[in-house]
Amino acid sequence: MDFGFTEDQEALRKSAREVLGDKSTAADFRRIMATDDAFDESLWKTVGELGWLGVAIPEADGGLGLGWVEQSILLEETGRAILPAPYLSAVALAVPVLLAADKGGIRDALLAALAAGETRVTLAAIEEEGRWDAPSLQTTAEKSGDGWRISGAKVFVPDAHVAHELIVLARTGAGTTLFAVPASEARITQLATLDASRRLCEVVLDGVVVGADRVLGAKGEGWSVLQRALDRAAVAFAAEETGIAQQVLDMTVDYARQREQFGKPIGSFQANSHKLSEMLLLTESARSSTYYAAWALDEGTPDAPLAAASARVAGIEAGRYATAEGIQIHGGIGFTWEHDLHLYFKRAKWDELYLGDGTVWRERVASLLAG
Amino acid sequence: MDFRDTPAEGAFRKEVREWFEANVPTGVSREITDEPGQIDALREWQRTLHAAGWAGLSWPKEYGGRGASLIEQVIFSQEFARAKAPPMLNVIGIGMAGPTIIAHGTEAQKQRHLDKILSGDEIWCQGFSEPGAGSDLASLRTTAITDGDSFVVNGQKVWTTLGHLADWCILLVRTDPTAPKHAGITYLLVDMHTPGVEVRPLRQMTGQAEFNETFFTDVRVPRENVIGEINDGWRVAMTTLLHERGTLGFALATQAEMMLRDAVDMAKRVQRNGKPAFEDPVVRQKLAQAHVEISALRLNNYRALTSVMRTGVPGPEGSLGKLLWSESGKRLLEAVMEIAGPAGLVSSGAEHAVDGGRWQYLHLRSRAYSIEAGTSEILRNIIAERVLGLPKHK
Repeated sequence: MDFGFTEDQEALRKSAREVLGDKSTAADFRRIMATDDAFDESLWKTVGELGWLGVAIPEADGGLGLGWVEQSILLEETGRAILPAPYLSAVALAVPVLLAADKGGIRDALLAALAAGETRVTLAAIEEEGRWDAPSLQTTAEKSGDGWRISGAKVFVPDAHVAHELIVLARTGAGTTLFAVPASEARITQLATLDASRRLCEVVLDGVVVGADRVLGAKGEGWSVLQRALDRAAVAFAAEETGIAQQVLDMTVDYARQREQFGKPIGSFQANSHKLSEMLLLTESARSSTYYAAWALDEGTPDAPLAAASARVAGIEAGRYATAEGIQIHGGIGFTWEHDLHLYFKRAKWDELYLGDGTVWRERVASLLAG
Repeated sequence: MDFRDTPAEGAFRKEVREWFEANVPTGVSREITDEPGQIDALREWQRTLHAAGWAGLSWPKEYGGRGASLIEQVIFSQEFARAKAPPMLNVIGIGMAGPTIIAHGTEAQKQRHLDKILSGDEIWCQGFSEPGAGSDLASLRTTAITDGDSFVVNGQKVWTTLGHLADWCILLVRTDPTAPKHAGITYLLVDMHTPGVEVRPLRQMTGQAEFNETFFTDVRVPRENVIGEINDGWRVAMTTLLHERGTLGFALATQAEMMLRDAVDMAKRVQRNGKPAFEDPVVRQKLAQAHVEISALRLNNYRALTSVMRTGVPGPEGSLGKLLWSESGKRLLEAVMEIAGPAGLVSSGAEHAVDGGRWQYLHLRSRAYSIEAGTSEILRNIIAERVLGLPKHK
């Protein structure tokens, strides 16, 4: 029994932290989030060159051939640094769907191009209601010659405005199917988003025709592929939230040690120190839950889906509590635009609400407990 | 990273599990109560464990233990809880007094006491807390004054588990009232049958008298019953508390898992709005939350164990274990009582009680989880000051 990291994994974390400390500072975040599309070509190039996009993609598909533990390590670090790049959508949403789909054809080509940093891919699954399920799906794909004609509106698609390819879930007859759709074929509108570094978009597909070669996985199996991918997505999000929570904890402990009121550091007041202890407990629990679930997914253990759902819940709790109480303990200054805390608060909120919130994932835990 | 047992660990787990399957006595309550016959049954169980070599698993072989590794101790704790076995009656002897004597005692003390601890022939209790010294244990006031080759002990201890059954007591006394409070304490071994020792049951809100008050009036204790040096008792006590907390967390985490399984099972049986309670979305939310917390408890323990195995030093995760166990346990039992509804109000033995009133008992008992063995408030202070490095609150 060993719940520790290997030397290679520690080295991966260390080097990621160094690079991010240099290239993904709060100043970089503010600069990038204020641009038209919150995208910095040079930063993205760095991410690609470091192999961070392909860390969990098999070597045969152009990746580093490592696993979800390594991917989680990178996401914990990019969470800490609130990396302002379309990284989460690539590795937490697109990659898991592509990995879960049957091998061959466009799936393989997309994985390789994604891993190399050449093609940016995002997932266009949820619609107006924001629900992650098959019954609410209204986007349809009908046979059109050898290909498919896709019509519908995907809402809340992360980073679609800078994507080259969209993975679209559409209703095909009685079932659902996943398609790779060139982003240029869709009408994409950026939506002003709480986390301005990670923009959600509306994606309208108005009778877009794609060839049969653009079906991902088996026809009619779209939702079940997505469901499997959601386990990995859940853990990826939890890893990012762990990083966010840890960074806010570190910042707030520092502040509480230095800031004095009534002649004492405010960290000596138990109302504050007890919250910080609670913050540590939730962060450590999120960390433990995340890495166990990542390992379980890599090993394919029977409890992997339950572990993934538990990690998601733990991550949400840690992110919420840390960012909320982090602001509280900082007092007035924590509420300012100038202070970086709101950037973390908003990213944690994005992570909480985008993939199905705590209620949704607790329900998933309960259904898996029912056995 | 690997959560599977190694072949050797798997073999050990199988051995332990099969032994428990064959030997756990049925019909013996898992909670220490004053039901007639229960104590005799527990003494018998202790003897059975000892005869099979399971008592004092972590003790060095030269003192009658198995010298089990940390991971073996963890496996044993987990399987003990999984088997829902009755507790080891001499848990304080085996978990606290014994290791203290092994680490700090003289040869004569080891010869005199260790064997009888393992066999359960002598049951031990712990005399630490006082009415005026709970969280602030170092302010204890039970005195021990030298008189010839003895100490004369006067004072009062409280929350003495098994005081009414105990033969011996590990007692913290003040031997130097002029020294700073941590520096004037001595660790004594006291024969509970000595004249002047009086044990009175302390009834808890559960209705049971699991604990006692113990009064010491001019109790004579031979000088050779000092563990370590006179006035060095605080250091001795701290090393035993640390030692004890090690694998206890795994047993508690496994117990919590078993309790949650039982709670899910209960929710499937109990009706709510014409359907099994487990189909109610709010019930599902609460039980799912409990699962997330209880599995985090186990996983945090594993990280702490790995840390100790790699570095010899427990990481921050260790301090968090007791805090999470106590708070998540209370929450789960509150949720279970809600599921039970009015039936949850019906006590043990009466018609319409849920699961024989077990949940009501556990819910009441759980109010002490966040108080005993370190209150949640003290633990948060410890975490804040020693783990996060925040300035002291004083």
